[in-house]
Amino acid sequence: MTKYVIIGNSAAAIGAVQGIREYDKEGGITIITDEPHHTYSRPLISYWLEGKVADDKMYYRGEDFYKENNVDVLFSRRAEKIEKNSVVLDGGDRIAFDKLLVATGSKPFIPPMKGLDKVKNSFTFMTWDSAKAIKKKVKKNTKVLIIGAGLIGLKAAEALHHLNADITVVDLADRILPSILDVRAGEIMQKHIESKGTKIILNTSVEEFSPNSAKLTNGDTVDFDILITAVGVRPNTELISEAGGKVERGIITDDTQLTTLKNIYAAGDCTVSHDCSTDTDRILALLPNAFMQGEVAGKNMAGAEAHYQNAIPMNAIGFYGLHIITAGSYDGEEYVEEDAENERYKKLVFKDGLLKGYILMGDVKRAGIYTSMIKERIPLDNVDTDIMKDSPQMLMFGRARRLEKLGGIAVKE
Amino acid sequence: MKKVYVNEDWCLACHLCEYYCAAANSGAPNMIKAFAGGKKPIPRIKVEEGSGISFAVQCRHCDEPLCVKGCITGALSVKDGVISCDESRCVGCYTCVMSCPYGCIVISEDSKVIQKCDLCVKNNNGDPACVKGCPNKAIVLEER
Repeated sequence: MTKYVIIGNSAAAIGAVQGIREYDKEGGITIITDEPHHTYSRPLISYWLEGKVADDKMYYRGEDFYKENNVDVLFSRRAEKIEKNSVVLDGGDRIAFDKLLVATGSKPFIPPMKGLDKVKNSFTFMTWDSAKAIKKKVKKNTKVLIIGAGLIGLKAAEALHHLNADITVVDLADRILPSILDVRAGEIMQKHIESKGTKIILNTSVEEFSPNSAKLTNGDTVDFDILITAVGVRPNTELISEAGGKVERGIITDDTQLTTLKNIYAAGDCTVSHDCSTDTDRILALLPNAFMQGEVAGKNMAGAEAHYQNAIPMNAIGFYGLHIITAGSYDGEEYVEEDAENERYKKLVFKDGLLKGYILMGDVKRAGIYTSMIKERIPLDNVDTDIMKDSPQMLMFGRARRLEKLGGIAVKE
Repeated sequence: MKKVYVNEDWCLACHLCEYYCAAANSGAPNMIKAFAGGKKPIPRIKVEEGSGISFAVQCRHCDEPLCVKGCITGALSVKDGVISCDESRCVGCYTCVMSCPYGCIVISEDSKVIQKCDLCVKNNNGDPACVKGCPNKAIVLEER
């Protein structure tokens, strides 16, 4: 019987359990997690903080998941190192494995900032426990300073806005959400968020912290009751690098999710993915990516053959009620439609005869049809581009694809 | 497993499937009551038409469902080959809308959570309402 060990208890780990159990119902699976919780959805922590999602809806899988899949979970235990086909835990216990998955995710990156050690109520926003710690400190009109106007910082801001906190977001960049939006979409979203009462200060960083205030590089001083640092994340790669595995910006794997170490796989935010929209290697810290990499890893660990391909950056997210879906790369020829008054924006990006990326703001209906064009590299020659620009619809494809996908009939085009 | 397939050569673009779908999933006892209120119920099937072609599009209940794999909450799941959504666990992030290659995830105008075809397994309709209601057999439930 194969002994499977998984370090981590989030999307990639759960994907691996499902992948393993598709092919191996017998082998023992042990999950090691440094958190005390049943597997929960990390992106839901902002919804939980806001009060929109209750405790019992935080769980990523049902309460019987571990039992149904015959998984032993070691809660609140840290994996310290990997040594001779064993994982060494805090306290020295060793867990032997035949196949190991490292799904250790990432951790908040906190840059050196002068005086930060004097701030008592300083938080990050990555785990349920961090959200719980913040919730204890927030009341109506609590002054919150958030460093970072990216996905995590603004999701925290949105949640705290619903708790009627007084929020200021500061970022060194010249625009918000630079990882997923272009300049114009960023402007529309910024205006939207500011219209709800959240202050955003760009091109600015903190010069020095006092216990309850921050002196900014623009000369202003912002008073705060609590501080949240959300400037970025770093993958947890140490277990693999210390064991001699290849690590660049994240853990290097092949498309079966195998690391450069024998019998050791890795998946999720701790790994480097291949972005097929730009043909480059990068970290794609996205939940769907993590689950699917984990599932592929699990299948391969169980002796089946599976490959993870066609990964692209993609995000579906809303802030203060305004929704956006974005995918792929924005390097190429652009088609743009804008209705800023109604907070609507659409950008399609073309290169090499393919759709490479898109931004949809406001109206996000059927966006996945665009996503499929990027991932499957469907040539624009095979598509009615006027229909495509109007809205995502199956009508834009040729009859052959429609017959195959909707009619269940394979036809050569 | 039996799935819904459409024949674009036989589709009349009558949109009846949309009405039958919306009514069947509205909770109302019949079509008249379903559409009697101020707000029209939303269908989970969509008829596309243009250039003399028309066809209905609804969930393909994929063997490798990107919507289920990508769902951030676990609201979407597969049971006996049917993909359905536990709407009480949907937060309306629309990761599934981003993921579905056929554009078959529908956004509820009221609750902002998603709705999708579950082959009418939850609404006691028996066979899918779109299939039963199509006057020209352009939508069929078959094993292929």
